[in-house]
Amino acid sequence: MESLHPIAEVIISVLLVTGGFFTLVGALGLVRLSDFYSRLHGPTKATTVGVGSIVGASMIYFSMKDWKLAIAEILIMLFLFLTAPISANILAKAAMHLRVRRSENTRGQPWDQ
Amino acid sequence: MTAERFGFPQPWLSLTLFVVWQALSDGVSGGSVVLGAILAIIIPQITHRFWPDSPTLHRPWVFIRFLAIVFYDIIVASFAVAVLIINTREPRPAFVSYPLTLKHPRAITMLASTISLTPGTVSADVSDDGKLLLIHALDVDDDAELIRNIHHRYEKPLLEVFQ
Repeated sequence: MESLHPIAEVIISVLLVTGGFFTLVGALGLVRLSDFYSRLHGPTKATTVGVGSIVGASMIYFSMKDWKLAIAEILIMLFLFLTAPISANILAKAAMHLRVRRSENTRGQPWDQ
Repeated sequence: MTAERFGFPQPWLSLTLFVVWQALSDGVSGGSVVLGAILAIIIPQITHRFWPDSPTLHRPWVFIRFLAIVFYDIIVASFAVAVLIINTREPRPAFVSYPLTLKHPRAITMLASTISLTPGTVSADVSDDGKLLLIHALDVDDDAELIRNIHHRYEKPLLEVFQ
């Protein structure tokens, strides 16, 4: 593998580690948080910042390596940002419909309609 | 109806489809331009009825500033939620009803998606009359402050853009 410019390598490494960190924290959130609604927050974060950083790193790497702007990564990010909120919304709606248990310290009520 | 059949009922959608297709097909070539043009004409025609009326976008610079704010908030809020998950303190989740000022369904969809994308809040439902948005927040002290924040940072720019 030919080596890239050292500054580019540093940026790529930082982005990869950040992405890995947020994906890990998102997964930890699934284990640690107490009810379904709270666990819903973990994955939304993993997709936004976690995948965002990893995809950013990939974009810089392939743009530098082939000297050609990598556009496919922008599309990955675009599609993720379009679909993640919708799936979270549908999951939350389904949970409300099924009256999934909430943790005791939740304030406020979901609606009944 | 016949006049619309061969036109571009959604010029922006057509343009987006065309550009996205060029990006997907790994470089612009004769074939991708032809196929992209065909898709840009056919898909808006087929999905025409899904878009009963499209709101006009005013003030694109406000919209760009809005995107910048959202991007910044996603990063800041991600760190906040990461700290919360690693911390041993129990989060204080809450359901918050957010009174909507936006009227147009697509504007409401944009607001709800923005709220879901920023970590720590997920929009759960819109009331049947379209006046309330139910938000589940992972960790809040003060419901009123959350509502105020969302109103100032997200809803106000969207109001300017869509109405």
